[in-house]
Amino acid sequence: MSSETIVQPLSLRRTRQRDRAERRAEIRRTRGLLLGDSKAARVIAFLILALFAFTWLLPLIWALDTSFKTEVQAQSLPLQWIPDGGFTLENYRTVFERGEVFTWMGNTFLVATAVTVITVIISALAGYAFSRTIFRGRRALLALTIALIMVPGQILIVPLFKEMVLLNAVDTFVGVILPQTIAPMMVFIFKQYFDQVPQELEDAARVDGAGNWRLFWSIILPVSRPIVTAVAIFVFIGAWNNFMWPFIITNNPDLMTLPVGLSTVKNAYGTIYAQTMASAMIAALPLTILFMAFQRQIIKAVATTGLGGQ
Amino acid sequence: MTVNAVNVAASSGSRTARRLGSGLPFVIPFLIVAFLFLIAPIVYGLWLSFTEQSLMGNGGWVGLANYAEALGDATMWATLWHTIAFTLMSTVPLVVLALVMALLVYIGIPGQWFWRLSFFAPYLLPVAVVVQIWTWLFNSDVGFINYWLQQIGLDRVGWLTEVDVAMWSMVILTVWWTVGFNFLLYLSSLQAIPDLLYEAAEVDGAGFWRKLWSVTLPQLRATTVLVATLQVIASLKIFDQMFIAFNGGSGPEGSTRPILQYIYDTGFTNYRMGYASAMSYIFFIVIIVITVAFRFLTRSRKDVDNEL
Repeated sequence: MSSETIVQPLSLRRTRQRDRAERRAEIRRTRGLLLGDSKAARVIAFLILALFAFTWLLPLIWALDTSFKTEVQAQSLPLQWIPDGGFTLENYRTVFERGEVFTWMGNTFLVATAVTVITVIISALAGYAFSRTIFRGRRALLALTIALIMVPGQILIVPLFKEMVLLNAVDTFVGVILPQTIAPMMVFIFKQYFDQVPQELEDAARVDGAGNWRLFWSIILPVSRPIVTAVAIFVFIGAWNNFMWPFIITNNPDLMTLPVGLSTVKNAYGTIYAQTMASAMIAALPLTILFMAFQRQIIKAVATTGLGGQ
Repeated sequence: MTVNAVNVAASSGSRTARRLGSGLPFVIPFLIVAFLFLIAPIVYGLWLSFTEQSLMGNGGWVGLANYAEALGDATMWATLWHTIAFTLMSTVPLVVLALVMALLVYIGIPGQWFWRLSFFAPYLLPVAVVVQIWTWLFNSDVGFINYWLQQIGLDRVGWLTEVDVAMWSMVILTVWWTVGFNFLLYLSSLQAIPDLLYEAAEVDGAGFWRKLWSVTLPQLRATTVLVATLQVIASLKIFDQMFIAFNGGSGPEGSTRPILQYIYDTGFTNYRMGYASAMSYIFFIVIIVITVAFRFLTRSRKDVDNEL
């Protein structure tokens, strides 16, 4: 027991090193497969890739750069990466003092988390029922679910809004959240994944007298963690960035989500570019950090679901 | 599609699923939400489309009048065309660039995480942030792009003010924003191609282009169909970028207004919810027709029957 606890960190480090070495070998092998040993080809490929990456990062870097300038510096010619008067944190101070970006960010976090939790739970439950149980009308309901995948939610804004008026849910979090939790595609993705779980796992538990709920909770869900993560990541990103529905259902600035709030800043302050860039950079931060932390899971999520949010 | 194909193969095997009885309670939460926020609005919207509506009140049944009006409404056709034009303009670069980027990263240039971060990071930004960054870059007087165009001796472009350019600006912004998602899809299916195929090609004396053409691209067919289909569906629903970029306006001479924005304007600014609903259903039919036609086109090649 005690020797194990000492050995583990060491061996963990060693595995990580081995992983990295393996990955490097893998990259070298892949390169060999397509490009051969030619050094010129490798250099050309690198240059093209670097050009692409530069083009993709440039807008972000320029926006970040602008956010550290005064309004006059930002809009004076010739353009300068480092302005004559030096950089300033003034824009960030103003954004912090106004504070609305943080309100919106908090709202977005609340909304996206709620949407994710609810969507994952109801979709996983339905996916389980369609995949591994029988009940009257199962086939018909599955067909209905698949048909609903094809309905683009955006065409329903008018009736959905009128419905929200009837339900008194305009300008409430409930009104923002609940309509975003409907995701027939996710039900289908869960069903497809659960279909692959070996029957033997289930049989053993069933011999022990486990019911549907136990099977779902202690057998199917634990072995389906990758798909749960994948769906959760996508629903979260989708809800975090969703613009149209939160825009339609909220008028109160205190309830606005980030995408909606930021679009109103632009209206209200027109040409204050430097300050706008500062709030944009703050707004961009959370998901960027999330991506850096979960890069591999997110990439796996793209690969397994092959889908974005709503 | 690849994933689906595997699933279908696995579940249609000899295993006869011995399923447990009554999972109905597990479906009920989903059914309630689906009924409230999808099925009910579909039915309600259909009913609305046969009526004349103001914001709160109901002006009564008008039959097919809204549909008749929509079919003769030049603005509806124009905005529908903008939507389709945007879809055509954006899908090709969003598929081709994603493939090129994925290939370049795949062939093994060190620093994978950096390339992935560069291409995928914009996808994580809220649309309002993306539009704010690009309206700043597109600014015609002090914007970054025009400044450098002038530095290399070209004329300034009215990125957001010229009729012929504004839609392209929206395409550029959208490609920058979302190509990373398609890039990741391509990258993961590239990594799934078995090394054996390349080794066999090597033995046959195939060079880079030959391997690319005869091994890589055919292996990516299913992914390409998937990426393109998802892209067409996503692009048809274009709304956010134009709406935010032009402050809810329509772009220069209305040239960028997509049909979803016209539906929004009709329903929420002019309070003609019945008419807006009718146009929603016409648009829905157009989406279905385009999607089915697209599927048919991508299916009709000979090698598709064995993968679907």
